Amino acid sequence: MGRLRLLLRPVVPFAVAAPMLWGLQVLAPQDVAIILVAIGVNVILAVSLNVVNGFTGQFSIGHAAFMAVGAYTAALITTGFREVQIAHLPVGISDAVIFALALVAAMAVASVAGLLVGIPSLRLRGDYLAIVTLGFGEIIRVVIENTRALGQATGISGLPAATNVLWTGMGVVATVVMARRLLVSTQGRALLAIREDEVAAEAMGIDTVGWKVRAFVISAAFAGLAGGLLVHRIMLVTPRMFTFVKSMEVVVMVVLGGMGSITGSIIAATVLTVALEWLRGLDQYRMVIYSILLIALMLTRPTGLFGTKEIWDTLPRWLGGRRAPGGAR
Amino acid sequence: MRPARMVAILAAALGAAACEAKKPGAEAGAAPAAASAAPSADRILVGHIGSMTGSEATFGLSTDNGIKLAIEQWNAKGGINGRQIGLKTYDDQGKPEEAAVAATRLTVNDKVNVLLGEVASSRSLAMAPVADANGVPMITPSSTNPRVTKENGKVRPFVFRVCFIDPFQGTVAAKFARNDLKVSKVAILRDVGNDYSMGLADYFLAKFKELGGTIVDDQSYKAGDQDFKAQLTAIKGKNPEVIYVPGYYTDVALIARQARELGMKQPLLGGDGWDSSKLFEIGGKAIEGSFYSNHYASDDPSPRIQDFVKAYQKRFGSTPDGLAAMGYDAAMVAFDAMKRASEPSGTSLRDAIAATKDYPGVTGIITIDQNHDASKPAVVVEVKGGTSVYVTTVKP
Amino acid sequence: MTEFLQHVVNGLSLGTIYALIALGYTMVYGVLKLINFAHGDIYMVGAFAGYYIATALGVQRSPSLPKAVAVFVGAMAVCGALGWAIERFAYRPLRNRPRLTSLITAIGVSFLLEFGFQLPSLRAQGEAFQGVLEGWGLRLPAPVAGVLAVLPDNFPPGPTPRFFPEPFERVDWTVLGGVHVSNYDVVSLAVAVVFMVALQLIVYRTKFGTAMRAVSYDSRVAGLMGIPVSRIISGTFVLGSVLAAVAALLVAGSRPRIDPIMGLMPGLKAFVAAVFGGIGSVPGAMVGGLVLGFSEEMVAGYTVSSFRDGIAFAMLILVLLLRPEGLFGRVSVEKV
Repeated sequence: MGRLRLLLRPVVPFAVAAPMLWGLQVLAPQDVAIILVAIGVNVILAVSLNVVNGFTGQFSIGHAAFMAVGAYTAALITTGFREVQIAHLPVGISDAVIFALALVAAMAVASVAGLLVGIPSLRLRGDYLAIVTLGFGEIIRVVIENTRALGQATGISGLPAATNVLWTGMGVVATVVMARRLLVSTQGRALLAIREDEVAAEAMGIDTVGWKVRAFVISAAFAGLAGGLLVHRIMLVTPRMFTFVKSMEVVVMVVLGGMGSITGSIIAATVLTVALEWLRGLDQYRMVIYSILLIALMLTRPTGLFGTKEIWDTLPRWLGGRRAPGGAR
Repeated sequence: MRPARMVAILAAALGAAACEAKKPGAEAGAAPAAASAAPSADRILVGHIGSMTGSEATFGLSTDNGIKLAIEQWNAKGGINGRQIGLKTYDDQGKPEEAAVAATRLTVNDKVNVLLGEVASSRSLAMAPVADANGVPMITPSSTNPRVTKENGKVRPFVFRVCFIDPFQGTVAAKFARNDLKVSKVAILRDVGNDYSMGLADYFLAKFKELGGTIVDDQSYKAGDQDFKAQLTAIKGKNPEVIYVPGYYTDVALIARQARELGMKQPLLGGDGWDSSKLFEIGGKAIEGSFYSNHYASDDPSPRIQDFVKAYQKRFGSTPDGLAAMGYDAAMVAFDAMKRASEPSGTSLRDAIAATKDYPGVTGIITIDQNHDASKPAVVVEVKGGTSVYVTTVKP
Repeated sequence: MTEFLQHVVNGLSLGTIYALIALGYTMVYGVLKLINFAHGDIYMVGAFAGYYIATALGVQRSPSLPKAVAVFVGAMAVCGALGWAIERFAYRPLRNRPRLTSLITAIGVSFLLEFGFQLPSLRAQGEAFQGVLEGWGLRLPAPVAGVLAVLPDNFPPGPTPRFFPEPFERVDWTVLGGVHVSNYDVVSLAVAVVFMVALQLIVYRTKFGTAMRAVSYDSRVAGLMGIPVSRIISGTFVLGSVLAAVAALLVAGSRPRIDPIMGLMPGLKAFVAAVFGGIGSVPGAMVGGLVLGFSEEMVAGYTVSSFRDGIAFAMLILVLLLRPEGLFGRVSVEKV
């Protein structure tokens, strides 16, 4: 009985979310759908970066590079198998299966990249991760621009328009379930201990390097997922989409939402995406207003919107609020 | 059940997002009301997507000015078949994903009659599927990659361009270098992060070799670099007769200066990305004696060019660069088609644009071919006395 | 051989620029432990301040030494004031907060400067505003409309690149049978070395420098010992920003294209150079900048130039993995 509940637990959110997302998918008009996908991709990015920057207290500024790795992996697979149909399956389902496999491959390759970057740089403390991730972002760009198979500066166009609200929503659910379950697990406590005091954590027998690398790899994998989803919405992948500025946008979302707060990241990613879209009519003034808002928000709420709390920590008890179980302080 | 509650909250958040996301459409129409009122049946709305901020903002801005000028001229004449024209410009910050979102908003919310943009092919490639899916004709003023109008061997039904394509311009430059300048050793210096520059360089390289010349060196830089001396020193060692630099004037001006500082006397050769008065201002003496392929020569006495240059100067206080002329022509081709079409939108507008023949644009006599590309001759100009001087014309 | 020597000269010229920007980075990081992402944009403002002063003085028509000095001093003053203001209003309120918080305001300031400078000129904005009001059937009162007419018509500069007039005349020498050196290269190197020595003297030989080191070591204890921590940090910021202005003018003088986002890449590279040399160390920043300049030059000159940035970064990462504290950094032992 208990066993079954444990096994079912991770499945429940997907089962609950799927029909809702499908409903949204059917109902949302095209212009709303494309913004929903943008929000979803940003939520995945912010929540996954929060695992490194928020939970573990490390400082990565190269999230876009892992996005790029995932995006190109997925794009190569979907364009490579464009004419392929899995036997005995109708076209729609066959395409969906291939897309799902492409996303899984995107996550796998991105996590390998995360491992390669993480193992050497996370042995060190301080801002070295920042420099190594920054450098990795540049290196990835340079490699793509010099590889003919990846389309160099033009990138790969004509990708199938596979991403929709349902896929993105499922990606968001997967990311949030991952982050949430990680946070309340033993592993999550280890990460929080590293964030609070790395020396003390090591003294307590925590394998700090090991946990940091694991958190980093998980984070990279989900960045890859976000990349795979994004490029199949706009049917194009180019190196320009994954610049240093993109990485910084994700860092801003994480800090603005509150380092270590999952709901904070979700809300910050949503609010920022919607706000930027809403300001689009203002042309050049848009980014000026955005930067002023950023400074003002940080000055008035330095811990971010939620600090390390989750939304249910702040709700009154009758609305489902409860004390944090200790995971998030 | 913790997960269940979490999902409920998430769904609520997503639901809230959906509601919130709906707002921009309604609000955006109201907020910049000064620019354009709500689209209505007796008004024509043009949607322009450009990078108005970011590293390529200067190109987006020029294009936007060109489009504005075209609209103002038509409105002053009483509009198209009695309908006034409005413009809605969205900034994409130079990001393809933003261009896709902006294109969706323009076509779905703002219901524009025609979509203009983008300068860079990578962003036009993000807009093109949206234009096709919503049946809104799109004209790109200066995206030169062949894939913008033709994907996987199929011509995109609603996407057109009024500029050259990479193969044509690269070939023109190669022919000019080999046949007119009569050189056999050329070095290439290309912008590795720019698909326009890469395309031109690749086609130049192929054609020049085919004509019997040799490429002695193939170096690259990145747009925005301040220092090109490393590449130039390496090129100098190979002793080319001409250096082909198919980039934008923003970088070319510095490249020319630094080449002269290193004592290199070879002329540089480039493409239409060079066309700006800034090239002469920043490049100064260093750029004199260099050549580039372009749509028109600014010393061309024909009135359609001189009138445009004068009108632009009067309106914006600066000489138009190539991108402004392209933006102007893209808008003009669209308006010309609207005048002929039974309905200034959708398939009837598309068919009218496709039927454009011998339209006398600023950037040449434009005929849209079966690939939806503009076929027009290129001219080669020389930089002389701080301006560009006509040298020769090359037919497609 | 000539080609190699030319590469050495080029690398030196590029490296001194990185070094000058990195000096400012490393000082601010030394006392605040803050990656000041706005530093590259202060550098950009320095270039534009010099541009406006030079235009007002008519440097392009008749360059002269007093004018060049005026341009330099003016731009340094503007950047110093800007650095002070940024520290005072964007960083100081957050000093006792987690470091990442000030990092976000640093990004905010950086965006504000970059995108603010890309706006149309104030007069154009005013006229557009007037146009909007007229569209609504309103008219501006005469005094306000009068103010609009005297607003500057070239500030903010907008995204189009500007031509920066040479602050002093350029002289090129050909030495050693074909190696080209200009007086700008020599002046840049000399200025960088002078500033490095001066900084080293300030840091190790003056009261201000001692206080700076104390704040860097432990700002709380420094405060308890009677050191005016806020004033020291302000001073450090001003000094770093002034250095950025000097670097900007030296770059703009010999590479005369300036635009609002010109500070982005040099800023990042200088940051890398500072870390590479050992963040917080003055000679480290100098050496880090030079090594970065040389490695980029050699990579671009002798291998594939399209890998320039990639290989430079890869090299830096490798060196850092072997020597995490940087070339001149002190190994800090973490205590509980």
